[in-house]
Amino acid sequence: MPRVTQLLINGVKFSVDVDADASLLSVLRNDLDLTGSKYGCGEGQCGACTVLLGGAPRRACITPVGDAAGKPITTIEGLEKDGQLHPVQQAFLDEGVMQCGYCTAGMIMTTVGLLKVHPDPSHEEVAHYLEGHICRCGTYPRIIAAVRRAAKSMLEVRS
Amino acid sequence: MNTPREFPMSIEPERYELRAGPTYHFGLPRRDFFKVLGGGIVVFCLRDISLDAQEAGRTRRRPDQPLPQEISAWLHVNENGEVTVYTGKVEVGQNIRTSLTQAVAEELSVAPGSVQLLMGDTDRVPYDMGTFGSRTTPTMTPQLRRAASAARDALIGLAAEAWNVDHAKLRAANGAVTDPESQRTASYADLAKGRELAQAIPAEDPLTPAAQWKVMGQPLGKVSGRDIVTGRHRYPSDIKLPGMLYGKVLRPPAYGATIASLDSHEAEAIPGVTVVHDGNFVGVAAPSTRVAESALAALHATWNSPPKQTSSDELFEYLKKNAGNGEERGGHVVGSVEKGLADASQRLAQTYTVAYIAHAPLEPRAAVAEWKDGKLSVWTGTQRPFGVRGELAETFRLPEDHVRVVMPDMGSGYGGKHTGEAAVEAARLAQAARHPVKLTWTREEEFTWAYFRPAGVIEVSAGLAGDGAITAWEFHNYNSGGAAITTLYNIPNQRIQFHPVESPLRQGSYRSLAAAANHFARESFMDELAHLAKMDPLDFRLKNLTDARMRDALQAAARKFGWGQSKPQPGHGFGIAGGFDKGGYIATCAEVEVDSASHQVRVVRVVTAFDCGAVVNPDGLRNQVEGANNMGIGGALFEAIQFENGRILNPHFARYRVPRFSDAPAMEVVLIDRKDVPSAGAGETPIVGIAPAIGNAIFAATGQRLRALPMAPKGL
Repeated sequence: MPRVTQLLINGVKFSVDVDADASLLSVLRNDLDLTGSKYGCGEGQCGACTVLLGGAPRRACITPVGDAAGKPITTIEGLEKDGQLHPVQQAFLDEGVMQCGYCTAGMIMTTVGLLKVHPDPSHEEVAHYLEGHICRCGTYPRIIAAVRRAAKSMLEVRS
Repeated sequence: MNTPREFPMSIEPERYELRAGPTYHFGLPRRDFFKVLGGGIVVFCLRDISLDAQEAGRTRRRPDQPLPQEISAWLHVNENGEVTVYTGKVEVGQNIRTSLTQAVAEELSVAPGSVQLLMGDTDRVPYDMGTFGSRTTPTMTPQLRRAASAARDALIGLAAEAWNVDHAKLRAANGAVTDPESQRTASYADLAKGRELAQAIPAEDPLTPAAQWKVMGQPLGKVSGRDIVTGRHRYPSDIKLPGMLYGKVLRPPAYGATIASLDSHEAEAIPGVTVVHDGNFVGVAAPSTRVAESALAALHATWNSPPKQTSSDELFEYLKKNAGNGEERGGHVVGSVEKGLADASQRLAQTYTVAYIAHAPLEPRAAVAEWKDGKLSVWTGTQRPFGVRGELAETFRLPEDHVRVVMPDMGSGYGGKHTGEAAVEAARLAQAARHPVKLTWTREEEFTWAYFRPAGVIEVSAGLAGDGAITAWEFHNYNSGGAAITTLYNIPNQRIQFHPVESPLRQGSYRSLAAAANHFARESFMDELAHLAKMDPLDFRLKNLTDARMRDALQAAARKFGWGQSKPQPGHGFGIAGGFDKGGYIATCAEVEVDSASHQVRVVRVVTAFDCGAVVNPDGLRNQVEGANNMGIGGALFEAIQFENGRILNPHFARYRVPRFSDAPAMEVVLIDRKDVPSAGAGETPIVGIAPAIGNAIFAATGQRLRALPMAPKGL
């Protein structure tokens, strides 16, 4: 079995020694203690484990760590810069989204990926893009509001 | 003032989780608080434990008995003026950490940011029965308010003494005491410095009236929000201890299967693996989850097949056939149903069913267990840390003070995490492996080995007079439960009965207990009666209803929805439903669209009006109501556990559909803020209106009456 010995996560090189077919999620959570990415289903159905791989959202629970080696990985722990929240994180706070918050990291990571390719998504586009995520507490309308708020604030910064 | 009615079953005893043995109550705390906490001021909340006993459904206080009082929480103002509150209540997504913070900040006159809550750690907080039944807001909130008020009073007293002025002339605000006359000010930190002042509070201390609230009654964001959005918060499944191993449990192929033989040689040969075989429990502990999975796969077990078990396609027949095991309670009889039916000009009888559904909290059960010096500590997600402590003590034959359960704010429960399965399993593995062990259930395990919202059959019959008055009402619930089984409608002749049944599946509490099922049947049937009476469904309800708060809620929802103001477009329908449970009044209007080609049902728009007394946190409350409606759409339309002979057939999100973004309708919430009424809990009752409102809207759109939950798992 090929081994993976190095990962680039949130701009930092981490040394590991794991089978290439181990799930990226298990390596992040158990080997590196980066527990912000959550286990919700283990089969790519709920989105709680979502990270960015080369800037695009990926389900870490069904991504072999071998696929992630050599690519920049961003997890929820890597969004805050110098104590400054990412606009998407801030928008989730400002919209009062969270109940239990267990789905939040995955929702935020997919949103960061979404806004890179669709900087100003409509309500329907957000719902469509996030359809693979489950919020069992049912905060969907607030999540959509937070995504659109984040989009707005990021567009304002750019212009 | 219209006080909530006292029904015989207004507080339904939690049925599953409280079969546990005798509970242990802290006496007066023995430890020296100030040694542990540092100096300052400590206020102990005393509670009437007979309330808990009533919640548990075990005993009822006789009127001649004195109220036994024990400590339920305490509050510490330290020498830096920081406030820490210790309570056994837990945060499961209902945002009670935030609203309790507001309650303390309000009465202590400090900023919410200076208040910390230590919750659900059995070694550090007083005994608490658990977080369920929407009881935290009506019971813990007033206690903490009294404690905070007493602490403020004590701080004012210290200032009065130091300045030698009349206590009554001093004011507390923003974490400081001020003498308006001399303009002297002392911060709480200054006043608490060098003190070791402890006091217990009388239960009847005055509290700030809701109309004068400054912090309560206002929106406040989730106090742990920043830790959530940055991924810093450690949920139970995120806990890691030095030297920790990872556990897996070998599950039987079906409920009731017992192990016949086990060959564990291959698994035990894997380096670092410990195999535990104790009775019917088989599990492994290993240095990583990958090795644990390999070890599990290397176990070769044979199982004895259990006797044939009931399957989902014969469930309702089974429930009816097996009812009446002699434990029936909660029978409610008024007048004579026979006479009421004889007086009626029209009669109707219908049967409704509800399926078993899964809580499916996004964080499955998880626990980390550590044995150290004969003491067991477990970090786990549960709504009942002290109940799980009891389970562990009983399982491992330990005194309860040798067991500590810590409950980090968890990834939700919805009534589904009252038990300690993962805690017990992790502890057994850790005991054998002589290392701490973490066990996280897979989604399939959570779907299979947790417990379910009870299925049920509900039979309703009624008689109507010519003017639309209901003359007789008979209501029988088989298995699903007695919560909110009685009716608010004014009916002179009633017979209402819950019939327990030995459930084919393991069942227990679920958000609102059986109130959702009973409201589905009652409010669907009310709609059927309205059509029989040829009356508008809202007018029909109001004709049979005098309860002022229930009427207000129905009318508020109808007004916001525009009920009666417009006709639905073709293929659309409007429905209304209302109800009362756990101190809250709810009314929900829904608009649905039924696609003429695909026959799929989509909920387009929902308006819910909710009255739970004085609103503590309006934004948090709206969030609960919105979330309850969205969650309730699943049970209303498509969620159902399918099972066959002891096996769950759909234990994955790919086969068990839960509401997603595309299912969430446009939603408006109307809060009826009754500042003159004590606050009731709000985590549960908002879920009871959505299913009947949707069903009634589907009838309005199509003429098709759906009497089974879920109503449209594959469309109409």
